[in-house]
Amino acid sequence: MTSDGSTAPLAIELRGIVKRFPGVVANDGVDFDLRPGEVHALLGENGAGKSTLMNIVAGLYRPDEGEMRVDGRPVRFRSPRDAIAAGLGMIHQHFALVPSQTVTENVLLGLDRPRFLLGLAKHDEEMAALAAGLGLKVDPRAKVWQLSVGEQQRVEVLKMLYRGAHVLIMDEPTAVLAPQEVDELFRTLRAMTASGRSIVFISHKLAEVLAIADRITVMRRGRVTASGIAAAGTSKGDLARLMVGREVLGSVERTMFRPGAVVLSMRDVHAENDKGLPALRGVSLDVRAGEILGIAGVAGNGQSELAQVVTGLRPFLGRIEIAGDVAERRSARDAIRRGVAHVPEDRTGVGSAPNLSITDNLIMKAYREAPIAHGWVIDVSAARRMAESLKDEYSIAAPSIDTLARLLSGGNLQRLILAREIESKPSLLVAVQPTRGLDVGAIEAVHRLLMARREAGAATILISEDLDEILGLSDRVAVIYEGLILGTFDVAEADVQELGLLMTGGTGGLPLEVAPILPGVPGA
Amino acid sequence: MTAAGSPQGVAARSRRTVQLERRLDVPRWLPYLATLGAVAFALLVSAMILAAVGGDPIRSYLHIVDSAFGDIGVISDTMVKATPLILTGLACALAFRMRLWNIGAEGQLLMGAWGASAVVLVPLLPPGAPALVVIPAMTLAGFAAGALWGFIPGLLKARLAMNEIIATLMLNYVAALWIAFWVFGPWSEGGFQLTAQFPREAWLPRLTDLAAQVPALGGLTVHLGLAFALVAAVALWFILRRSRWGYEIRLTGDSPPAARYAGIDIARNTIAIFMISGGLAGLAGMAEVSGVVHRLQQAISPGYGFTAIIVAYIARFNPLGVIVAAILFGALILAGREIQPAGVPGMIQGIVLFSLIASEVVLRYRIRLVRG
Repeated sequence: MTSDGSTAPLAIELRGIVKRFPGVVANDGVDFDLRPGEVHALLGENGAGKSTLMNIVAGLYRPDEGEMRVDGRPVRFRSPRDAIAAGLGMIHQHFALVPSQTVTENVLLGLDRPRFLLGLAKHDEEMAALAAGLGLKVDPRAKVWQLSVGEQQRVEVLKMLYRGAHVLIMDEPTAVLAPQEVDELFRTLRAMTASGRSIVFISHKLAEVLAIADRITVMRRGRVTASGIAAAGTSKGDLARLMVGREVLGSVERTMFRPGAVVLSMRDVHAENDKGLPALRGVSLDVRAGEILGIAGVAGNGQSELAQVVTGLRPFLGRIEIAGDVAERRSARDAIRRGVAHVPEDRTGVGSAPNLSITDNLIMKAYREAPIAHGWVIDVSAARRMAESLKDEYSIAAPSIDTLARLLSGGNLQRLILAREIESKPSLLVAVQPTRGLDVGAIEAVHRLLMARREAGAATILISEDLDEILGLSDRVAVIYEGLILGTFDVAEADVQELGLLMTGGTGGLPLEVAPILPGVPGA
Repeated sequence: MTAAGSPQGVAARSRRTVQLERRLDVPRWLPYLATLGAVAFALLVSAMILAAVGGDPIRSYLHIVDSAFGDIGVISDTMVKATPLILTGLACALAFRMRLWNIGAEGQLLMGAWGASAVVLVPLLPPGAPALVVIPAMTLAGFAAGALWGFIPGLLKARLAMNEIIATLMLNYVAALWIAFWVFGPWSEGGFQLTAQFPREAWLPRLTDLAAQVPALGGLTVHLGLAFALVAAVALWFILRRSRWGYEIRLTGDSPPAARYAGIDIARNTIAIFMISGGLAGLAGMAEVSGVVHRLQQAISPGYGFTAIIVAYIARFNPLGVIVAAILFGALILAGREIQPAGVPGMIQGIVLFSLIASEVVLRYRIRLVRG
């Protein structure tokens, strides 16, 4: 059965997997095989069927057709428990950890033993030994909430290894990591393959895939477009073509940087996060018309709070001026009135109402005024006309303007949000993770829209964890760490290594005054 | 390496199992079908229970239909029962739309009844005031008293994030005791636990009042409260569908974070919704004392405010649907009494509610029978 003629059975072998969802064929006759001891990347755009395929392997879905073998034996999983018992562990994008419990407790959670007495000290040692064997840096006694995202991911890895996984499936593991953390993850993955384990690495980032994978399988629209090709000798361009099905433009064209007047000015702004802990600790920033200011940083260093403070969704101390006007009222309504548009981080929870129609979602910011409102009544036909024209203009792919927002794909939902926000002709646009989780085509579209706003003279704050995106779009870049801006650079002079170091709290050899890190929160 | 040795995969076996799969799209007709199906299922289960205890379900159901819709007289009676159910059903549907779980319609109804009675019994108007003054005053007072009873949990919810279910539920008891205090004490008629009958000016006009001109209307007790209810339903439907405020309610109901993001003042809307919801229930109380009982007494409502929760659910919070559901339940209350004073009608109501809640599964998931 093995395709390469070697004698060791394949760790995973999938033949002709078909999985249908209402209206879509997520996997259409997919073959895939994983050799022992390799990193096999599964590459594809969002919606290509990568996660579906691996969810089948992990026992979350059942295939409608097709065969699956693990270590040469046919299997049929009824639940993730069966998959784990067979040695297959999947680490999802969203971690399943209990923040108030220690690493060891989280690893033991859900296991049959220890049954009554935890005997944590003994297990702590066991964890430490297991982790050390693979060079995983984790303190078994630390509570999960104290850990950085990278460390939490290591806990998830540990959880799977402790359950005896010899195949690890990682769904977009780098999405939440800083560059240095990615390097560390890659070291861990190599240590695991060296010890005979195999890894499926799901991603849509070409550079990463080429850096870590031994072999690559590319999927597009539920089908395999390249099966198990060797990473060596393959170029980014080849992969992009296989993934998207056409040539992809590298970066967005940009015109000369012609900054205008200061639109947003923040001075010594402090704010707390939802837990009441300091999230912004004295942020001062200026953003000018016609400029994109990128905010680089690892998730959870105050980016979300920064966006919320500017858009009136979070109370703050300090001074925020928008177009020379001191923002005192600090309400979202007030910010909207001042021409602040917001592309929020959480597209489905904040940026849209999932069970309302496209039309209702498009008028979210405009429903108070003419032409949508006539006094206290909403002019439904005016709203529908606006929705129809925005749907065309921003190419929101949907059956009709009555389609519910939750039925839109990520890219189309983001187009809807951008259409609404840009249509309000904002003087300041706050875009948070505008392309996270989008596929190459959609990312291009979003980037072009942001650039068009810049041309039109809007001031833009672009918050993103994707450093390439920030460097590609911004005129200036500011690095945020633990609620402080550690430095602001012209993008032409910015050095990736230096930015990466600042993002994780290092000073990068710069003579910067860095305030002490919060007590009780270990620095990454 | 570790667990790889043992064959852990479950071997292929041919067994049918039910599998639930998330629905990506809900067809427009499905909610209606699910509602109809749930009601039908509930009637079937109730029939089986009736049969099991020795009853004749078919005859019972025929009897229910006959005694609720058999002739113009009983249809009028059904409408009288449906009137408070429409108003309290609207109260619930409106609040539920914004995901505010006001289960205090019963208390708000009682307070409305009290407010309307106060106009007559305090009295707030000089004796002999014409009906054209008394009726609007009672309507206003009933609405206001209900709104006040909604304002309390609304304020607590908006300002202190207090659980509105607990607050509204508890306030039902307060309202009931408040009524008891007045009918046993200050307003007691000769020591009985009811007040004196209101003067004719305080009676909502009924169809039977026109019997002198149109004899055919004789005995039809349906009163002007039904018009209140129908107008309120249409108005609410329009507000929810077409007004800016209705849009805010729909948006907030679907996603509070999105509403906040859109600059909507959720706290203010919470209070407003609770007040209007309470006011509508208060109107039901006013209509009962002024249109049916013509006095205040302890037993104003056989639990209209609670049945209203089921009514709102059956209508899937659609104000026009509330009318249909309320008439159905009005019939059940009326005819149920003919079958059995207690028990069976309540049982059917309960089974209907459970079936409805269970039918949500059909809306969320596609149910498939699979092999393997």
